[in-house]
Amino acid sequence: MAIERWTRIAAPQGDERVALTVEVQHGQRIHAVTAAAALAGARPGMPLTDARALDPGLTAIPADLAGDAALVRRLARWASRWSPAVEIDGADGLRIDATGAAHLFGGEERLLADIVDRFAAMGLTTRVAIAPTALAAWALARFGGKPAIVAPKTRTAAMLAPLPVVALGLPDDVTRVLERLGLKTIGCLAGIERRSLARRFREADNPLDAIDRALGRKAEPITPLVHQSPPRAVLRLAEPVADPSAAPQSLDLLLPDLVRQLEKRRLGVRRLVLAGYRVDGEVAVALAACALPTREPKHLKRLLIDKAGSLDPGFGFDGFVLEAEWCEPLGAMQDGLAGGPPPEIEVARLVDRLSTKLGPDAVTRPQSCASHLPERASGWRRALDKETPSQARPITALRPQRLLDRPEAIDVIYATPAGLPRRFVWRRGVHDVLRAEGPERIAPEWWRERSTARLRDYYRVEDGQGRRYWIYREGLHGDGRGGDPVWYLHGLFG
Amino acid sequence: MAAGGGPARPPGAPGRWRLGQSPPVPDGAGEPLALPGAGVATLSELFAGNIRDGGWTGFLLPQLPTAKPWLWVQERMAILESGRLYPPGLRTGADQLIHVAARDAREALWTMEEGLRCTSIGAVIGEIYGDPQALDFTATRRLAVAAERHGVAAFLIRLGGHANLSGARLRWRVASAASLANMLNAKAPGPSAWEAELFRARGHRPARWTVSHEPGAGAQAGFRLVAAVGDRALDEDRRTARG
Repeated sequence: MAIERWTRIAAPQGDERVALTVEVQHGQRIHAVTAAAALAGARPGMPLTDARALDPGLTAIPADLAGDAALVRRLARWASRWSPAVEIDGADGLRIDATGAAHLFGGEERLLADIVDRFAAMGLTTRVAIAPTALAAWALARFGGKPAIVAPKTRTAAMLAPLPVVALGLPDDVTRVLERLGLKTIGCLAGIERRSLARRFREADNPLDAIDRALGRKAEPITPLVHQSPPRAVLRLAEPVADPSAAPQSLDLLLPDLVRQLEKRRLGVRRLVLAGYRVDGEVAVALAACALPTREPKHLKRLLIDKAGSLDPGFGFDGFVLEAEWCEPLGAMQDGLAGGPPPEIEVARLVDRLSTKLGPDAVTRPQSCASHLPERASGWRRALDKETPSQARPITALRPQRLLDRPEAIDVIYATPAGLPRRFVWRRGVHDVLRAEGPERIAPEWWRERSTARLRDYYRVEDGQGRRYWIYREGLHGDGRGGDPVWYLHGLFG
Repeated sequence: MAAGGGPARPPGAPGRWRLGQSPPVPDGAGEPLALPGAGVATLSELFAGNIRDGGWTGFLLPQLPTAKPWLWVQERMAILESGRLYPPGLRTGADQLIHVAARDAREALWTMEEGLRCTSIGAVIGEIYGDPQALDFTATRRLAVAAERHGVAAFLIRLGGHANLSGARLRWRVASAASLANMLNAKAPGPSAWEAELFRARGHRPARWTVSHEPGAGAQAGFRLVAAVGDRALDEDRRTARG
């Protein structure tokens, strides 16, 4: 499959001898080869150097394993056209539970032919088999050589008998032991007493277990890949309702339904949308978001009820849809011993309520960032979002309790240009500097800013009334980055 | 109680301060001061001496509980006039805080009340600029009742406002005072000190103190009285003479 995907993407001219390689512990190993390269002696699993010795003209290209896996995932979803239960098997296989689905395609032969044709149309070669058990189908598809159908269940053992023991999907060392014992085919194993096989191998990779699974004596369920639509609850009204209180009232009917779906799927809501469908073809939408996944109906109702009340009904609503747009897994929760939810959930609910009412950007939490610039070192993130981990070290230097969003320019009188400030004017108020400490020099971040960015010398100053400020001088005299240095007031100390 | 007063003045019983009588000023520098109302979940109102004075932040921070996150509400004008909160300058535990930038006083008051109803919040702090219409006796009384009912301390900060009718249980006026001597650098500002005036309180006597807080001391224990600015040199002389 990997080489077919490569062929489709790269579209080589003629028969090129190409090998896709993966990096392993001892150099490069061949992952897949083109037909021409295979003729010249290259085989998957071979070290690249060995293949080069056989065929010096072999072109090696790194394999795109992630891209291949993505293609398999896409194909698995696409394969649900044949049956809803499709499972990805290894790097290049699909297992389809076609029980009771074959007759829709005109029987099992037609189904197999349909699968082969449709994959061939995409440029992919397939090996297919239908069998009563998943393992038997796997063995026949991979090692049977031709499309196979095991029609009556009783023929399974007979059809598997000529296949090599590798077809049981056992670990390599077990397979090797079996081959050394002379048990080359699955049929050979069937002739041996069960007790002696059970004694020889560990339970987990016992050939007996594999045979039992292949013959259907032991269950092997498949876990299908299912695309699930988000939980939603629908309310259709017999007649349009123009009363603005209809939307809040609809929540009482919609929420229990939605919460039941969420409980069943063990999900919690992160973003909830109430859509009111109007008779004039408009849709009015109310939105609420949550910091932690939740499915508590009381909390969800409280989040949405104000916004639902302000939806414009126009000529009337004739339907409401409540959809959990964004869900996250949420197991069953236990309340605290004292009753009521645990503290972090309570705080998260408060954040939800505030964010819904004031807007998500107004409610924030501190977020540190690895930087020396004060305004960058500590920023704010939306309280609804999760904290992004940062490598910032905690700041140990004295910092003000309050920082102006934008440093304000001040007029400063100083004794010497590089010395301590003596007096400054901020917002038309004169402040005599009685005590000062500094400078704390913070250099510009040259990797982020322009070359004209100037360094800052921060001073901690106290005026005649005891007010403490954080001021800085941007630049130095004669640093070649602009004229005279400018002074700014940046923070207030408590 | 009303001031860890010096030995010169007998400890006064909590009483009501009569009009025309100036608030008593206790002496005794360095004495620990049990701040009235500290650790009690109620509404305190803090008037900043000046909009350009951030001193009240330092006075307030030691009074906030450490274990739970704080809800800190700043009105838009408060952010513009006296700066946005800066977490690295706050003490440890501040990384848990929730900051709300409210558009106006009405929103800020709503947010404060919503925060007070959540018992997992340690303290609710709201900064209001000026004398907005929404901030009347009813609004403050609602906050006080919510704080007491749910056991969450509330602090209403008034920046550039007037002390009109209010339901707050304690009303403070806090301004920066000249900082203490810096041990390492005589020219540098030292540990912060504040001029704190309790001008109206239920169950406490109005008083005025100049206090500082020992860094690292517990939430309510670390406040100490400081000699008035004029006496400071004398105080130092006295101390050296004593030592």
